[in-house]
Amino acid sequence: MSPRAATPPVPAATDPALIRNFCIIAHIDHGKSTLADRMLGITGVVSDRDMRAQYLDRMDIERERGITIKSQAVRMPWQVGDTSYALNMIDTPGHVDFSYEVSRSLAACEGAILLVDAAQGIEAQTLANLYLALENDLEIIPVLNKIDLPAAEPEKYARELAELIGGSPDDVLKVSGKTGLGVEDLLDRVVERIPAPVGDANAPARAMIFDSVYDSYRGVVTYVRMVDGRLNPRERIQMLSTKANHEILEIGVSAPEPTPSKGLSVGEVGYLITGVKDVRQSKVGDTVTTAAKPATEALPGYTEPLPMVFSGLYPIDGSDYPELREALDKLKLSDASLVYEPETSVALGFGFRCGFLGLLHLEIITERLQREFGLDLIATAPSVIYEVTTEDRKTVTVTNPSEFPTGAKISEVREPMVRAAILAPKDYVGTIMELCQSRRGALLGMEYLGEDRVEIRYNMPLGEIVFDFFDQLKSKTAGYASLDYEPVGDQAADLVKVDILLQGEQVDAFSAIVHRDKAYAYGVLMTGRLRELIPRQQFEVPIQAAIGARIIARESIRAMRKDVLAKCYGGDISRKRKLLEKQKEGKKRMKMVGRVEVPQEAFIAALSGDVEKKDKK
Amino acid sequence: MGSALPLGEPAPLDGLLPASAAEGAADRAFGVYVHVPFCRVRCGYCDFNTYTASELRGARQVDYADQAIDEIRMSRRVLAASGAPSRAAETVFFGGGTPTLLPADDLVRMLGAVRDEFGFAPGAEVTTEANPDSVGPEDLIRLAEGGFTRVSFGMQSAVPHVLAALDRTHDPARVPLVVRWARDAGLDVSLDLIYGTPGESLDDWRRSVDAVVAERPDHVSAYALIVEDGTKLARQIRRGELAQPDDDLEADMYELADTAFAEAGFEWYEVSNWANDAAHRSRHNLGYWRGDDWWGVGPGAHSHVGGVRWWNAKHPAAYAERLAAGHSPAVGREVLDAPTRETERVLLLTRIREGIDIASLHTGGRHAVAGLIADELVDAKAALAGGLTLTRRGRLLADAVVRRLLED
Repeated sequence: MSPRAATPPVPAATDPALIRNFCIIAHIDHGKSTLADRMLGITGVVSDRDMRAQYLDRMDIERERGITIKSQAVRMPWQVGDTSYALNMIDTPGHVDFSYEVSRSLAACEGAILLVDAAQGIEAQTLANLYLALENDLEIIPVLNKIDLPAAEPEKYARELAELIGGSPDDVLKVSGKTGLGVEDLLDRVVERIPAPVGDANAPARAMIFDSVYDSYRGVVTYVRMVDGRLNPRERIQMLSTKANHEILEIGVSAPEPTPSKGLSVGEVGYLITGVKDVRQSKVGDTVTTAAKPATEALPGYTEPLPMVFSGLYPIDGSDYPELREALDKLKLSDASLVYEPETSVALGFGFRCGFLGLLHLEIITERLQREFGLDLIATAPSVIYEVTTEDRKTVTVTNPSEFPTGAKISEVREPMVRAAILAPKDYVGTIMELCQSRRGALLGMEYLGEDRVEIRYNMPLGEIVFDFFDQLKSKTAGYASLDYEPVGDQAADLVKVDILLQGEQVDAFSAIVHRDKAYAYGVLMTGRLRELIPRQQFEVPIQAAIGARIIARESIRAMRKDVLAKCYGGDISRKRKLLEKQKEGKKRMKMVGRVEVPQEAFIAALSGDVEKKDKK
Repeated sequence: MGSALPLGEPAPLDGLLPASAAEGAADRAFGVYVHVPFCRVRCGYCDFNTYTASELRGARQVDYADQAIDEIRMSRRVLAASGAPSRAAETVFFGGGTPTLLPADDLVRMLGAVRDEFGFAPGAEVTTEANPDSVGPEDLIRLAEGGFTRVSFGMQSAVPHVLAALDRTHDPARVPLVVRWARDAGLDVSLDLIYGTPGESLDDWRRSVDAVVAERPDHVSAYALIVEDGTKLARQIRRGELAQPDDDLEADMYELADTAFAEAGFEWYEVSNWANDAAHRSRHNLGYWRGDDWWGVGPGAHSHVGGVRWWNAKHPAAYAERLAAGHSPAVGREVLDAPTRETERVLLLTRIREGIDIASLHTGGRHAVAGLIADELVDAKAALAGGLTLTRRGRLLADAVVRRLLED
């Protein structure tokens, strides 16, 4: 068998029977990018010299975290026997926050490589994506990676995989992306096992958008999988969801650099450029057709991305507010799921209320804002969407505790629920159940995966998960547990809004919607933190936690009694004056809550839980 | 004074002052401060500009009086050349360091130079600081004969373990002795106390206050211990060997002292100073707070004339070199603009009992007064009469009061 195809099939003129579309399902760190790079090298589309570390992951953050946020697609030639095939490898995001994007990427494929670290076994997110792949009727090729590692246990994990997806442990391929061992066999297996795409070449064109990327030079690059018909350069196309028309300025395939072609035909995977500047005009999951002969029926599965988690983002230096707005406007061009609107906080000044797909999405956005735009930010505690019904039968959607109705009596609060799956070594079952129970989880079931690992499934409020759950889970299981969750509707719960008051004045950034049973604990935690962090004033400052008008926790900061320089003679005077000038500057950064002067750092530290004793001076 | 020199512009080699310094000088009192930068040992809390024998790098105590006299002679020439009218010294103050480490004759000679150059105003106040263990009865007589009118003893505490924590070497039993000798020599007596020393309890402090009252001095100063960066004390506290002084305890100590002093007939006239009558208030120190003019003689000494503040080379060797070369010992200065002078005026006058004239404050400051009265920081009766006088609570929070008075 020749490792490299002698006469690669030409885009736009490839018989669908010679096309294989597949993706790689893997957990963070299980070596997906290394394997993908190795495939690019072996198939000859990237010369060894040009090979960058992990070619597919383009963003710095992705490379550093070893995760893929945005997917890309690469066309690779591969010859089996006398026949040259075109393999389209579609890279999928690896995290649960992006499950919609994952599902669209999977929908663009006929098969998936299930890649598992031979030293670690399968993880919760991989399982979740595996379920998605099976739902999409994808052909699964199980593969154990990193078999060159001394700690690898290929036999054990081959059995685990075979149990999961059926078949024999012998069917599990064993490769090393790092050394290249077994990768050629894997490419052969892709050709052999994954079905060729099927579509109607004569029907009106239908292509599914599985990714949409903003490029500052070229505008939006839209990645599509052709299902029916064909798309050509200069053709006018239509987005079925919006009926918006655009002209194709460029069409082609990634090999892996963008390579213009004469078009894309049934089963092919490639990109389109129309000159639009905002990814919202090219939505993942939407169907592309031609303006001249539009298809009537959209491809299934399209939904608008819905933010699940909300948080206020504030510049630590208030004068950075315009820069923050600009940065969000720029990020929005490449991230259709990011939503935001201006928000003002007594404690934090001017900022934005932002909606995210999940916690990782929040983290990625804040990190990009800090890294790519040089902004120093503070994020308020993440919140989810509550539906609050008052006794006068009005329902309010609350994404920010400040929107929680205060006037009328509350008759019901509904909160979003998720089904969480946690995968961990069996020794941690007790610890994990304790944690989930304390977060109002309801056990759904528990299953052994192989000999020593367990999958535990819970129904849990999303609001409990966004608040520090993952960190707790990791720390209580020495990092072994992995978590996946998916939305499963909502439930009514006894939720209350806890406000924090400084000398009777509410401090907005600290209000939280919590279960009634936890209101006291939250109140004690926050009042305690603020007592440590807020400097003493010239008067006593009560700090209270309240549900409505009822005080549930109380601390106080004793009045400062001494603030005077004892000695102020000849040479002390310049020094004292300079100190005074410095204090005056410092006061500009103080936030006033009523009469109480609070350094912004105190608010920030209280929000982040980074509590060190304040200087009592 | 703290020893770190401020940042400023370089001072000219001839020491000449800008023309603005002389403006209105005739209306300001003039004083002379003479710094004596020597100590036998360095106390753990002290960051003053002072040197023990081993730290002098070739500068010699025996040469010091002549160097200082050089500067005193230069000071008159510079003031005259800068257009300031000739003024007699209202006050002279010898501080340190330990002035009494020098022979009494040296101190008298330096004082004589001040008299030669400026003359003394009638009833001039002439003070020297003294350590209880570095002064004897003959010294005090010699000083009084040479023109000194007042001695300020660094008593600090009457409690041995507190003195030990401060590295003070004198025996507390020596204080009554030196006070008697000073009285016998005809000198006014002031005693200095420090409170808030690590390990000092409220009861310890009461003993010290009682001991001071029992001596019936004319004047008392009581200072909260300031932990200065770079001192041994700061290191000991950082390492956890000594406790950080506690603000609340210090506030208790201040209140205790203020009560005891008041009962004994001492009235406060500045945040850290009490006198048994108006005549015994330290006029030299009042000059600092009233924005008067003074020339500071000696290494690291600060001076102020008409909104110009300057400071001398810090090390005695560097100081001596500059004088030997015929240059002014001043190394840096600040020429304060009007808003800065106003800031200093508020900052300094607020500290003293006679206070600041409320009508002289800018609008923001005048508007702050009502709130300060409400918060019991400022005496209501005095305010109604147009003056701003701190209450006891206000004295303890004087810096906060100043910040509020200076708000826009």
